[in-house]
Amino acid sequence: MAWLDKAWLDTALEALTAFFLVAGALITFISSFGMVHLRDFYLRMHGPAKATTLGVGLILVACTLYFVLIERTFHIQLLLVTIFLLITAPISAHLLAKVALHQKLPSDTSTTGAPSELREEDVAQEPDTPHPEDPGSGQRP
Amino acid sequence: MLIKRCLPRPILSLILMLVWIMLSDVITYGSVIMGALLGIAIPLMTQRFWDAQPVVKKPLLLLRYTLRVMVDILLANLEVAWLIARPWRRPRPAFVEYPLTLKRDFSITLLASTISLTPGTISANLRLDGRSLLIHVLDTDDEQAVIDEIYNRYERPLMEIYE
Repeated sequence: MAWLDKAWLDTALEALTAFFLVAGALITFISSFGMVHLRDFYLRMHGPAKATTLGVGLILVACTLYFVLIERTFHIQLLLVTIFLLITAPISAHLLAKVALHQKLPSDTSTTGAPSELREEDVAQEPDTPHPEDPGSGQRP
Repeated sequence: MLIKRCLPRPILSLILMLVWIMLSDVITYGSVIMGALLGIAIPLMTQRFWDAQPVVKKPLLLLRYTLRVMVDILLANLEVAWLIARPWRRPRPAFVEYPLTLKRDFSITLLASTISLTPGTISANLRLDGRSLLIHVLDTDDEQAVIDEIYNRYERPLMEIYE
């Protein structure tokens, strides 16, 4: 098989690795672009959720390909990185969202649905009577 | 009796030991012993935080569920990337209240994680009563469709697997 000589194969494998690397970088770039041009906190949260799943995933595939096909070694840590990311990413996103709701960050006007967490009457007011542990808070100018 | 007290969660201990050996990348006496020590110490220290874990009733279904989530992550990612990359079309975000039918904490956690991992939806808040989940959707004009899709694709399989 003359067409399958070593130099040609190496180039093909490197091209495959490069493809995954560039695809991962592109996905990560698009999600960071989303951080800039999406309009409220809740929308911007979708960006990192994506970068950590597909973006990092593709880069890790490229890593695995490189080490297995070109360096001829296998590092199982790459698999562990994926697993840890998949376990931790949704939890941090959930906590961020919870904090945003707790702080009642405004959502974009085009958002449909009004969760009770964001309704106006729940907004915490400055207390009339000072808090026992912070006597100054009632008389602030 | 002594084994039960030293290893309250045998499977967790085994996983911890394996993860440690994988992290150290070589199988030596040192890494195995260190992994075994961690596998004994960590479950003992964290035992008070663990709820009872439900039994996986249908392992094959769990495997299929995992594969489906992987494929969904891939496809939905591309969809959201395309959505962000078009600045001329504004997304139509929505807060959706999702009525939960799952009962156990563990399966609810799995469902919420799945929702957050599949891009375009993020589980924002689990209501205190544990009956509904607040989801933020990046782009939708039909809330009921989102609820139906999550129910059919994720919640029903999870219920079959765990409850």
